Amino acid sequence: MTENLAVSIVEPTIYDLSSPGRTGVTFPAPDVPKAELPQGLLRSDLPLPELGEVDVVRHYTNLSTFNYNVDNGLYPLGSCTMKYNPKINEDTARLPGFAFAHPLQPVETVQGNLVLMYQLQEWLKEISGFAAVTLQPAAGAHGELTGVLIMHAYHNSRGDIKRKKMLIPDSAHGTNPASSSMSGLEVVQIPSDGRGNLDLAALKAACDETVVGLMLTNPNTLGLFDEHLEEAIQIVHTCGGLVYGDGANLNALLGIIRPGDMGFDLMHFNLHKTFSTPHGGGGPGSGPVGVSEKLADFLPSPIIGIVEEGQDDRLPLYGFLSPAKSIGRIKSFNGHFGMFVRAYTYIAMHGAEGLREIAEYAVLNANYIKARLNGKYAIPYDRTCMHEFVVEGQWAAAPGVRALDIAKRLMDYEFHPPTNYFPLIVHEALMIEPTETENKATLDAFADALIKIAEEAKTQPELLKEAPHKTPFGRMDEVKAARDLVLCCWLPEVNE
Amino acid sequence: MNIPANLKYTKTDEWFDPSTGKAGLTDYAQSQLSDIVFVEIVVAVGDAVKSGKPIASVESVKAAAESYAPVTAKVAAINEGLADNPEILNSDPYGKGWMIEIEGADVSGLMDAGAYTKYCEERSH
Amino acid sequence: MTFIPHAPKERDAMLKTIGVKSLEDLFKDIPEKHRFPNLHLPKALTEMEAAAELGELALGNENIRTDLVCFLGAGAYNHYIPAAVDHILRRSEFSTAYTPYQPEISQGTLQATFEYQSLIAALTGMEVSNASHYDGATAVAEAVNMAFAQFRGKRTKVVLSPAVNPQYRAVVRTYTQDMGLSIEGDDPSAKLAPDPQTLIPLINDNTALVILQYPDFFGRIYDFTALVEAAHSQGALVCIAANPIALGLLKTPGEMGADIVAGEGQPLGIPLSYGGPYLGFFATRKKYIHKMAGRLVGETVDNRSQRAYVLTLTAREQHIKRERATSNICSNQGLMALAAAIYLALLGPQGLRQVAELCYHKAHYAAEKIAEVPGYSPGFATPFFHEFTIHCPKPVAEINAHLLEHGFLGGYDLGQDYPGLKDQMLLAVTEMNTKEEIDALVDVLAEVAHD
Ligand SMILES: Cc1ncc(COP(=O)(O)O)c(C=O)c1O
Repeated sequence: MTENLAVSIVEPTIYDLSSPGRTGVTFPAPDVPKAELPQGLLRSDLPLPELGEVDVVRHYTNLSTFNYNVDNGLYPLGSCTMKYNPKINEDTARLPGFAFAHPLQPVETVQGNLVLMYQLQEWLKEISGFAAVTLQPAAGAHGELTGVLIMHAYHNSRGDIKRKKMLIPDSAHGTNPASSSMSGLEVVQIPSDGRGNLDLAALKAACDETVVGLMLTNPNTLGLFDEHLEEAIQIVHTCGGLVYGDGANLNALLGIIRPGDMGFDLMHFNLHKTFSTPHGGGGPGSGPVGVSEKLADFLPSPIIGIVEEGQDDRLPLYGFLSPAKSIGRIKSFNGHFGMFVRAYTYIAMHGAEGLREIAEYAVLNANYIKARLNGKYAIPYDRTCMHEFVVEGQWAAAPGVRALDIAKRLMDYEFHPPTNYFPLIVHEALMIEPTETENKATLDAFADALIKIAEEAKTQPELLKEAPHKTPFGRMDEVKAARDLVLCCWLPEVNE
Repeated sequence: MNIPANLKYTKTDEWFDPSTGKAGLTDYAQSQLSDIVFVEIVVAVGDAVKSGKPIASVESVKAAAESYAPVTAKVAAINEGLADNPEILNSDPYGKGWMIEIEGADVSGLMDAGAYTKYCEERSH
Repeated sequence: MTFIPHAPKERDAMLKTIGVKSLEDLFKDIPEKHRFPNLHLPKALTEMEAAAELGELALGNENIRTDLVCFLGAGAYNHYIPAAVDHILRRSEFSTAYTPYQPEISQGTLQATFEYQSLIAALTGMEVSNASHYDGATAVAEAVNMAFAQFRGKRTKVVLSPAVNPQYRAVVRTYTQDMGLSIEGDDPSAKLAPDPQTLIPLINDNTALVILQYPDFFGRIYDFTALVEAAHSQGALVCIAANPIALGLLKTPGEMGADIVAGEGQPLGIPLSYGGPYLGFFATRKKYIHKMAGRLVGETVDNRSQRAYVLTLTAREQHIKRERATSNICSNQGLMALAAAIYLALLGPQGLRQVAELCYHKAHYAAEKIAEVPGYSPGFATPFFHEFTIHCPKPVAEINAHLLEHGFLGGYDLGQDYPGLKDQMLLAVTEMNTKEEIDALVDVLAEVAHD
């Protein structure tokens, strides 16, 4: 073994870097007489770190270099749609008219914002085939909660109060069952069949007058378009249930098919996946919800509409409308407006044809990698996939190797790994979604790396088991993190 | 894998000791879950528990599971020490890692060690 | 314009590898009847055209930097954002990364989040903070979820102060509508409790959570210590929704004994941006973390013995615990939490205290000057931070229309939510408001009173 000459690259914490007496910003002295402070209600100390501006900038710049990101390279996380985020979005979202508008300003002073939101609602309706859209939900899961509350409220409003069950496929994302139980519903799991479709017999058997509905991701989390989709929707509708679409995978459907046309009753969009708003290291997202005509009255309040029709030379006045049987407000203010500006910019630049190309090339890219991996990795449901597909990260000839090891080894080839261990119905799942913004050379390099790793798994498994080797950090002791629970670099004196 | 001969077992991987009335998670269950970091007993002394109903919620570094009552009976004691030392479930599942103690139970529906051993082997493939 | 980098030759080679003739052939599973719809959308724009169109839309707004002087708060505040905050946020290493599920190549996000948790704990006087919620309103709603889970559904009452932001109260009701909970105390038509102690009789051994705000929606500040003790004596938990700038000056909710401190983090370096994205912060005591929703970063070491960070206690969350998880939250407000962390790191104790004091002094100056104008009087005699209410001689809408003509964004019309507070306005003053602006506001208010 060679001597480790590298200096540790660990960056001190912001508290380690603190030195008493420094500050990164100063503010003007008060230009008004000082008022008496509320004695007895003042805090005794304020244990924040003390740094100069340059210290802060260097600290975060250093930290940023430890992150893999879309501008670095392919980020093939299945179900996450990590496409390139156009730079222009960042500029438009920061235009002063947008960035410096208070959410409670009179509507007359924010017509630009309201027109943008109105247009975005209209475009999302057109793209999805739904009758009405709310922009309020903050993320996909938040859209789901909104949707589940709407479904429940719809049944209750018809006096149909026995409905307490939500049907959810075994391949579903965890947010689907969690959203359902937050609304007090019981979750009934529906298995998948041998081709990765929903098992129709099991669905039929579960459908009765206690069913609120079905939450369906389509294409599903195996990247497959359900071959009996219309039948499945029919079965749920026949028992009086509604069908919710988890729109996480809408990228595959833009201009290809509209969920509303297929009979979905409602669906959430993920502006942070399909419409290119950046993921921000975990958020913010944005999860608008589209609904069919009969559910429009239940949308969260308010939605954006025309409150005074225009005339000749007068423009219409845009403002807020309250749906008649609204489930209520799901978030403060007007939703993630900054994300609306980015998504609007993106859709405006694509138009109908551009959107269809997104889906076409996303599907092309996924099928291309899948074709390249064929024979090297087991592909449990081997048919034309949509924008993503799932392989098994295990081989009989490499007994000790797991999907996790493949994921870590990919880092040595300078790729972010795919999603692993999801969906739960595939053993050692690796779920690959390249998105449309990757060129052939990148896809080839990625496929080559995976193929090489498949060989290494059999010849030099320890390379995988100990990977990654070339990243600044190695594998983590997750047990220590959970047992020691150090969640703060600084612990306050606690007043019990 | 450790499957003591004197205990009875459930399909959901709980053990029950008819001689002491104690019940807990099997060795198979703890090894599947891996490093356990949280356990919450969700029943209290005096509660009547029904076989198959949750008695505890367990979380490990990578998984979450519920533990169910192996038999229908009344809870006589719960293991108060577990909450602060959930790792005992990994290190001593049949001893210090017991979860609840119950009174007056009918064990007829439970598996013996032989049947449970077979049941675990089937699932390992 | 699209962002698809394929040359036709490459596309054709890829189709050949797949074994299909055309892109269309990839979509045979799609029901033909509905395949390839004609979408009615405007013609695609080039980047240059899009920049112009968005610029035009933005000009359709009056903004509070160049067009209007802002005295409006009510849950979203106009504060100075140091330039370094956005420069760091714009680094694509932070902005275009995903949730840090792969810690080896995500230490930037993980350490920054860990530090954010530390800063929020320090600010609120609590032991742990999670990695964020969507906004202040949903963070408070998640406090209800947590309390409900903590008592395993056995306590079914929430006592909600009517002096909590009406939007937070609305969101709590929306979230909990199907949970079988009862919410009490939150009656805006009732006479507004002059003193929060009047909530005490509502708290009993069926109460899971008491929700208060600090400063409250009217800007008032109270020491909630006795109220928290009363709640604890019934075994209930207490959530205090706090304004983080106020915590630069005021006694912490932690010191008052709160079990949960949640709130809107927007004042910490996040632009108003017409309502979002903002930041829900959420801090609690260590003993409750297993029932807390949201992501959590913990310190550990890697296999090279380097200090490092990972997402920890993840089995609590929806992706593992599914229908038994406390909440469904997945994506949170990562980048906004980073903004808050940078803001707090830049200001430090001196800067934050300075901002808080500026807000306090300027608001008190404004309140005093306005009270001197005939026709106006203070709504409450209680101490306040940087927001206060005034009785107006005319309907608030009329006064605001007049203020707008003079370039002022006036206060919040309390009559909208509280019938008993008709003709009362809630004004916010921050470090951004100069004495000249305040004096000018007072002059216009005097003018409207006489019209
Ligand atoms: C299929 C699916 N559903 C729901 C979600 C949750 O979306 P969000 O993280 O925006 O809340 C995800 C996120 O990864 C997903 O992949």
